[in-house]
Amino acid sequence: MKGLKIIVLAKQVPDTRNVGKDAMKADGTVNRAALPAIFNPEDLNALEQALRIKDKVPGTTVTLLTMGPGRAAEIIREGLYRGADSGYLLTDRAFAGADTLATSYAISCAIKKMGNIDLIISGRQAIDGDTAQVGPQVAEKLNLPQVTYTEEITDVSAKKITIKRRLERGVEFVEGPLPMVVTVNSSAPSCRPRNARLLMKYKHASTITERQDDSEDYITMYTQRPYLNIEEWGVQDIDADVIDLGLSGSPTKVKKIENIVFQAKETRYLSNSEADINELMKELVENHTLG
Amino acid sequence: MNSLFVYCEIEDGIIADVSLELLTKGKKLAQQLKCKLEALVIGSNLKGVEAQLFPYGVDVVHIADDKRLAPYTTLPHSNLTIKLFEEEKPQIALMGASSIGRDLGPRVSSALKSGLTADCTSLEIGEHFDKKNDKNYENLLYQIRPAFGGNIVATIINPDCRPQMATVREGVMKKEIFDTAYKGEVRHLDVSKYVSDSDFIVKIKERKMEKSKVNVKNASIIVAGGYGVGSRENFNLLFELADVLGAEVGASRAAVDAGFADHDRQIGQTGVTVRPKLYIACGISGQIQHTAGMEESSLVISINNDPKAPINKIADYVIEGDLSEIIPKMIKSYRQNTK
Repeated sequence: MKGLKIIVLAKQVPDTRNVGKDAMKADGTVNRAALPAIFNPEDLNALEQALRIKDKVPGTTVTLLTMGPGRAAEIIREGLYRGADSGYLLTDRAFAGADTLATSYAISCAIKKMGNIDLIISGRQAIDGDTAQVGPQVAEKLNLPQVTYTEEITDVSAKKITIKRRLERGVEFVEGPLPMVVTVNSSAPSCRPRNARLLMKYKHASTITERQDDSEDYITMYTQRPYLNIEEWGVQDIDADVIDLGLSGSPTKVKKIENIVFQAKETRYLSNSEADINELMKELVENHTLG
Repeated sequence: MNSLFVYCEIEDGIIADVSLELLTKGKKLAQQLKCKLEALVIGSNLKGVEAQLFPYGVDVVHIADDKRLAPYTTLPHSNLTIKLFEEEKPQIALMGASSIGRDLGPRVSSALKSGLTADCTSLEIGEHFDKKNDKNYENLLYQIRPAFGGNIVATIINPDCRPQMATVREGVMKKEIFDTAYKGEVRHLDVSKYVSDSDFIVKIKERKMEKSKVNVKNASIIVAGGYGVGSRENFNLLFELADVLGAEVGASRAAVDAGFADHDRQIGQTGVTVRPKLYIACGISGQIQHTAGMEESSLVISINNDPKAPINKIADYVIEGDLSEIIPKMIKSYRQNTK
């Protein structure tokens, strides 16, 4: 069978799991800008599934696609070090402020532009929003079937894919046609580490914006080694309707944000009186600790 | 006024708890909006299923019954839902934040170009003033959810697109019968009008489902008991509180060794490590072997007879006294505050 063209959707996210002291503001709220930016964990699980197909089926290519600010090129390099073949960064002011619907519209336009894709794999959800919506929405916009909650792609042939899904209460084995959109759970195998040889090969991989300040010598290097180019696409490159992108393409609006205030640990002692307990429960309901 | 719809999940002929919880919440919202509450059930062998739904105050039950529609697969269920929503134009549509709702919801919202907010912890009706366009919106659904790893709580609205869609996790809302004698209307859908053969291209080859299993590790609220709980019978109190709060029950090693709780609930160095947003430690002294498995909880409440118990040092709140008095008071107070 001939190799597959696989796209892995990935997102650079603030590491919300490790909110250290440095990321706390004086008022006890989180300074989002101070959190380290990482490769979204489940997108790494997705990358591993793609690389395993590449290992098995000769001629398969794995392309990373991400949307974000210029620095999101970091995760494309990270993917190249682990075995991906190339990467695209969607970056444009017109994409800013997008909710999941406007995001999936931009991504689906980019995938259409690339053309002839056999398989699109992404993590189930990103840790900054936890919505799990972009995968299925991309599938709908491309009019493709989807399989979510994937633990393992157990088999793939020219026209057919077999998948093990991990659900809340069990497992399901499903079979479907290609092309397809697959989203992967964190229960899937972890991604392989960086490969030393690939790290050397791709350490200068960059987007055109990142190269602007480079000297002449380097420019020659990029002409000689085109694989070092991380493709950078804006609105005009993906044939998108601007009205459906960014804020204007987002049906959901954020009305209000409340920061959860982490107070310095100071134990409060309550009596077992009804009044004390009621005051505590009321507070927990009001601050959304209890539903 | 357009209706409020709840997509109801069904397994082995039983409507899922998360769907009944949404109907309970949906009824309250529908009353506030003075609109109908409608349910959509898609599956096979659904004869009489409406009897499970009417007591929750459902005005119309839409039933799509076809043997190919169970178990759930994405395309038939989503295409059916999309087409029905295009006809019925609900103002609000709610789904469980389960592996079904989170597979179906985004697909439906994408097709209808309508906003969807995942994993809401609270739903309210409110208004919104759009300063830029000098426009006031009434009776919007406030979709309230944590984001950013629980570091913020956001209120999301969909001012212009319908339906306003939201998913909610199991156990977040309460399940409550509205009126046992309530009767609504049943509408049977002509499945062939909504679903085509090509929707069945993804096939389920094998399925191994278990009854709901203890899942302490992923619970966002944990009620844990230690040796101080005293007996297996007394642990029932913890289960009652957990049931009301939508929590899972955990235990210290001492409680498991004494036979008060099963091993799959054990938290600590020899059990699982947990990071819930709320940890209620009942009669747990707080040896390092235990606290190592729960010290990253966002908020800790300790209920203990002994004011000197080591766990009190890492607790945010300490309630001193007897469990059998305190837990019923907590249950009562929670019910009052969430009416």
